[in-house]
Amino acid sequence: MTPSTTHTAVPGALPPYRLPQRVTQLRVIRAEWTKLRTQPSAYWALLTSVILVVGFGIGYSLLRVARPPHGAAMASFDPAAISLSGVQLAQIAAGVLGVLLVTSEYATGLIRTTFVAVPRRLPMLWAKAALLAAAITAVSLPAAFAAFAGGQSILSRQDLSVPLSHPGVARAVIGSALYLAAVGLVGLGLGALIRNAAGGISALFGLLYGLPLAAGFLPGSLAADVTRYLPTGAGQTVTTVQPDSTMLHPWSGFGVLCAYAAVLLAVSAARMRRGDV
Amino acid sequence: MVARQTDLDHSELTMAANRLDAVRFAEVMRSTYKDISRISIGQSCAAGADFPTKAGLRTPATPERRAVSVIAMIEIHELTKTYGSTTAVSNLTFTVRPGVVTGFLGPNGAGKTTTMRMILGLDEPTSGSVLVNGRPPRSHAAPLQEIGGMLDPRAVHPSRSAYHHLLAIAQTSGIRKGRVDQVIDAVGLRSVAIRRAGKFSLGMSQRLGIAAALLGDPATVVLDEPVNGLDVEGIRWIRGMLQDLAAEGKTVFVSSHLMSEVAQTATQLIVIGRGQLIADTSMDEFMAAAAPISVRVRSSDQDALARMLRAPGVTVTQAADGALTFSGVSAGQVGAVAGAAGITVLELATEQASLEDVFVRLTQNAVEYRAGT
Repeated sequence: MTPSTTHTAVPGALPPYRLPQRVTQLRVIRAEWTKLRTQPSAYWALLTSVILVVGFGIGYSLLRVARPPHGAAMASFDPAAISLSGVQLAQIAAGVLGVLLVTSEYATGLIRTTFVAVPRRLPMLWAKAALLAAAITAVSLPAAFAAFAGGQSILSRQDLSVPLSHPGVARAVIGSALYLAAVGLVGLGLGALIRNAAGGISALFGLLYGLPLAAGFLPGSLAADVTRYLPTGAGQTVTTVQPDSTMLHPWSGFGVLCAYAAVLLAVSAARMRRGDV
Repeated sequence: MVARQTDLDHSELTMAANRLDAVRFAEVMRSTYKDISRISIGQSCAAGADFPTKAGLRTPATPERRAVSVIAMIEIHELTKTYGSTTAVSNLTFTVRPGVVTGFLGPNGAGKTTTMRMILGLDEPTSGSVLVNGRPPRSHAAPLQEIGGMLDPRAVHPSRSAYHHLLAIAQTSGIRKGRVDQVIDAVGLRSVAIRRAGKFSLGMSQRLGIAAALLGDPATVVLDEPVNGLDVEGIRWIRGMLQDLAAEGKTVFVSSHLMSEVAQTATQLIVIGRGQLIADTSMDEFMAAAAPISVRVRSSDQDALARMLRAPGVTVTQAADGALTFSGVSAGQVGAVAGAAGITVLELATEQASLEDVFVRLTQNAVEYRAGT
């Protein structure tokens, strides 16, 4: 048995590769970008997010223009928030994308190939976080503006609309996109921690919807005190214009949501850095 | 034919000795200057010459900028790995050297994959150490240049194309696109490179996994069961590929649970069972030590022949059909003694246990132990 006659199936021998190699954070970001743009589920999640932001925002505006507010309700009427109400649904798509971005690697075993190439591991997590936040913001920002423009043009039929120049309105529109990006990072943190799509998505739903429900059962003012600091209760302040006295200041609230994402990513990073894959 | 058996053993031993010299030579070259050793042992290209590429590379690498490894080998020292109360790998110590294909053999569940995961830096040893090219596997700044590995060929995103799968891996180390095309061509996946990797057959997936392992032209290649489920052509291809890599001076470490597979590819052998080292030897030594050659003979006077051949170290057993089986003597010696005594030899044959027999016998205890727990 001689090697030269045994592998006729090989079209060409492999030349040596003598160029310098080194893992850098920037290169890992480039690699993760290649993965993201060749992962169909990412497109679906982002498309779903856009459809929900624009579609639900316009739909709810149509509903409210048919049933305009009267009397006291007029004072708390928030036309910007109504046109941006799709964000409450789109956060599922954004969060699930975050979960899937990392759990899909664990599910297929690709994570081991990735970690052989990036043995320090954490550059992969930071790259995914940066690209996820950038991708969601890039897609959600135009969607939020479209939803706002569409919603306001509908609400203007009953003179209920508000201009973008009105105090807090531009912040709410931009804040909606940032909110979705932050929820995506919460999903990424959960996915990296739990390493399983079903578990990660369940935890995401618990955090986004379960906790506020549970907090609602708390007695009296305690409910408001707790809700104020939950991811959704805190984060959504940045997507509304009308100030709610029981809630945090918009940017403080958004900061609390970002802190949730940061803590989850830090804990999952600590787990990822050491241990078995 | 039969009488030449001992001569053959000698010549093979000489060859093995020569091979060891070649290995040492490769090591010295590598430790002195990695790039030079690669060029001189590997492709016959002129030093400094660039390879053709579609990416239009600017200049060849300046040698100083490439990290230089101390010695391209895998050194495992008192390695132990436990999962809860289960001990997967227990106190393993061995070294895998460059320039030859080293087979890593053991029954299913012996701890081969666990060991390879620790070599690749994916699992942390409970105790003991792993060094790849002189350093812990996770401490290399240019990991794909030091170690290429394949554990599970199905570990790809099913809807990503083979090309983009490889491109993403290459990009982590700044490896050029041209190299991705080179490995795709080398493993014969050109025609399916843009197809979704999830649709690949097992054979194509194995080729893709090997392509990924070779992207960085690594000094050490670790492949877990690379021939599993392959057709004849695929098996032959992988054998040739492994031998070519070893001939380039790389350290090639390949696991298998089939002795026959390893026998046809590897020259060095590590055998483990129940997570423990059973053998660390050359293929030839392993064969000679574990499977002694015996001589089966039928003659006109069996009793006289047995009497005449009686000597220290010679054992004889009688089969049901009357044939005698000697060990400790060669067929030539038996024939010569019989001839001198005027005994007519009716049948004379050299017998050797098959490799599979040897392997099963060696690892039997381990398997029984596992089955009993």
